[in-house]
Amino acid sequence: MSDGKLVPVPNYRVGDRVTVRKAYPLGHIRTPYYIRGHTGVVERVCGAFPNPEELAQQRDGLPAQPLYRVRFRQEDLWPGYRGANADVLELEIYQHWLE
Amino acid sequence: MGGLPAGKVRRTEHAYDEWELRVDAMMVLLTGIAGGKKRMTVDELRKNIESLPPADYDRLGYYDRWIASLTQTMIQRGVITTDELARKMEQVANRGQAPISRRRRKDRR
Repeated sequence: MSDGKLVPVPNYRVGDRVTVRKAYPLGHIRTPYYIRGHTGVVERVCGAFPNPEELAQQRDGLPAQPLYRVRFRQEDLWPGYRGANADVLELEIYQHWLE
Repeated sequence: MGGLPAGKVRRTEHAYDEWELRVDAMMVLLTGIAGGKKRMTVDELRKNIESLPPADYDRLGYYDRWIASLTQTMIQRGVITTDELARKMEQVANRGQAPISRRRRKDRR
């Protein structure tokens, strides 16, 4: 789905610390509630894809949005997390949800 | 599930009913993965699933949600009208068998 002509330059690189925006608009959103407001580290840049928030509303979703796989520490996400200290959660998040 | 407390995840394979396989095939066709013209996006499918009333969302099985959502999407897209759908459902009901989406399943969720 990545379209060479429309891929914008990503704002973040592997290893950058990013925080998910804490916003709760209406519409179709691929950023889970539980991750909003949390900080993680860019694990990889996945490319750029039409914005699903727009695709869900019969529009083309262009320009494509860079998509990142972001790694979060499970301990940071769940109060009283009882798993291993090294456990992580990786989520794919579009650039406009990161700051 | 989705960051909320939930029951145990059943890790076994599910057996699908024929209507469920048909719903899956319909999505393949409507999203243009196969069979020609793309008539909707998977994002519309997700949007209309999320738009189900919470009680329906919990009650419905996986493919029940899909058929509700893709039907809603076809109405939004103007591929079918609400009136056509109502008349077709009536016609099917008169065959002496409930419309596919209303059939109960034993092994929901």
